[in-house]
Amino acid sequence: MLKEKLLSSFMAFEEQIDVHSELHDVRTEAIKNFENKGFPTKKEESWKYTSLNAILKNDFTVFPKNENSIEFKDVKKYFIHEIDTYKVVFIDGVFSSNLSSTTHEGVDVCLMSSALHKPKYKMVIDNYFNKIASKDESLTSLNTAFANEGAYINIPKSTVVRKPIEIMYFSTGTEAALLVQPRNLIIVGENSHVQIIERHQSLNENPVLTNSVTEIFAQKRAIIDYYKIQNDNLAANLIDNTYVSQKQESHVSVQTFSFGGNLTRNNLNFYHFGERLTSTLNGITIIGEKQHVDHYTLVHHATPNCESFQDYKGIFSDSSIGVFNGKVYVEKEAQKTNAFQKSNNILLGDKSTINAKPQLEIFADDVKCSHGCTVGQLDETAMFYMQQRGIPKKEAKALLMYAFSNAVIENIKIPELKQRITKIIADKLGVKIGFDL
Amino acid sequence: MLSIKNLHASIGDKEILKGINLEVKAGEIHAIMGPNGAGKSTLSAIIAGNENYEVTEGEILLEGEDISELAPEERAHKGVFLSFQYPVEIPGVSVTNFMRTAINETRKANKLEEMPANEMLKFIREKSELLEIDRKFLSRSLNEGFSGGEKKRNEIFQMAMLEPKLAILDETDSGLDIDALRIVANGVNKLKSDKNAIIVITHYQRLLDYIIPDFVHVLYNGKIVKSGGKELAYELEEKGYDWIKQEQEA
Repeated sequence: MLKEKLLSSFMAFEEQIDVHSELHDVRTEAIKNFENKGFPTKKEESWKYTSLNAILKNDFTVFPKNENSIEFKDVKKYFIHEIDTYKVVFIDGVFSSNLSSTTHEGVDVCLMSSALHKPKYKMVIDNYFNKIASKDESLTSLNTAFANEGAYINIPKSTVVRKPIEIMYFSTGTEAALLVQPRNLIIVGENSHVQIIERHQSLNENPVLTNSVTEIFAQKRAIIDYYKIQNDNLAANLIDNTYVSQKQESHVSVQTFSFGGNLTRNNLNFYHFGERLTSTLNGITIIGEKQHVDHYTLVHHATPNCESFQDYKGIFSDSSIGVFNGKVYVEKEAQKTNAFQKSNNILLGDKSTINAKPQLEIFADDVKCSHGCTVGQLDETAMFYMQQRGIPKKEAKALLMYAFSNAVIENIKIPELKQRITKIIADKLGVKIGFDL
Repeated sequence: MLSIKNLHASIGDKEILKGINLEVKAGEIHAIMGPNGAGKSTLSAIIAGNENYEVTEGEILLEGEDISELAPEERAHKGVFLSFQYPVEIPGVSVTNFMRTAINETRKANKLEEMPANEMLKFIREKSELLEIDRKFLSRSLNEGFSGGEKKRNEIFQMAMLEPKLAILDETDSGLDIDALRIVANGVNKLKSDKNAIIVITHYQRLLDYIIPDFVHVLYNGKIVKSGGKELAYELEEKGYDWIKQEQEA
């Protein structure tokens, strides 16, 4: 079984690392938690609609042996190559120096492995590593136990990072089945601004399971625009655990574009540690066949005068399954909270399903909170209107779906990325849309 | 141009049209008037091919060809245009992009090449001037946040772009102030030629002061109960619809 394999792999892993460090204590705690809890099952309320059983039957390789090299020209299309970006690229979990473009000039855009092992980063690691990630959730613990590689981004105060940062994980499929566990740490200083794009891409049809953990710290007045592109092939599975810690007047937005993959679970958690800050969570999911995308969000309002906005849209064809579980927790101290949540869904397939569950737990009395979930088909009057103007049914449908997802696309602040997402959507819908005169 | 013979139609179990006969020749303007619930909007929706209604009897011929089984877009490609009473808002799709899609799909269906972008721009500019539409308006999302008048003006702008053979204007005057009404009517009159035909559906005579019909028909209870020249519209304005009802029930 995979669990046993992982537990014995941890012992092998310990032989390679310094077991006398504080970090090792963190890992030991984490593996114990995973050992106690194991992989989540549908018996748990938070995994009610998503089962990992079928995926966990694969005989995953935990430490890939081969180091594969990829030519940039072969994977260029996965990058926002029209513009200059910083790149932190991994192949089968191993850093690829020839595809990457890292920096230490003014900002650190580099590797988790060096941050974990070099003394000059020790203080930052002590202060931030595993500080906002859950110590309770078993998959996060599993990642923490093995955490060794990923992106390390540290932006000092009052710095506007001019180039977007692309964090890219390729898997090459030379292993029959591969488990990768990236660990990203992102710290953005006071008054600083950064744009980050994260993508996981399998280049082969062999099964992949990615169990990723990202910790994001936004200091006072920091602005972080984070984009997750999930357009992987049908053998790829992704469990994304992202934890965001925000200080006062910071703005953090995480936008998730889920178009591909076999199973995708996004655990997205925001925690507030200051007043007058804003959290934005947007998502578009367009899937078909037997794809499964589960968005599990939490916004924890613990301080007064903060805002959160959640807007998740989904279009589900064939036998695809969507899940939206949005939890908003407003503590007693968090007066004057504005928390809005929307989940709008279109079911196109006879066998497609959406499970939408808003959860509001409010302990403060002076707040504005709302949630709304809709599930529908395409608007017939709008279809007739477009057909009447000569637009055939298929194109009319595509235009309507494009219009439906547009509100989320409009929020993309990198024009080249916006074009890319528009194109992916157009390709998904099989039509030419989004042109400009 | 259009020949409707003994048209019966229903929605669910309810029969709404009960034997309509109508002949519209190229170069003519016909007005269809009648009280609320008479079936005016149903008739226009059925000519345009709205699939919510079922044609149970009769035929709709466009230039001699029965179009009653065709999809709405196929009728549009053959030159049928319906100006909606309540145009639909489509956020995220600009007026320009929508028109470009509509025109190129229509050209494709008629085995014509796509219109080159510069030609399209010129065409859009020309037609937007006709309807006194601001250029900025064209990059806005279709009908989203448009006022009632803007929506109707945009409908006639689309009509100008698509150059239909048969245009049906369903309650185009509703929601228009007097200035907007004049602009819209002026646009329609300029588009009028001896090669196309227009059916104006209206509850009030007001619009007919600007778009002068050759024939006026009164639709009541799913049938055309009276036809005449433009003077019939004045009579209806003066007397209301009650005398029609009384006449029918007598």
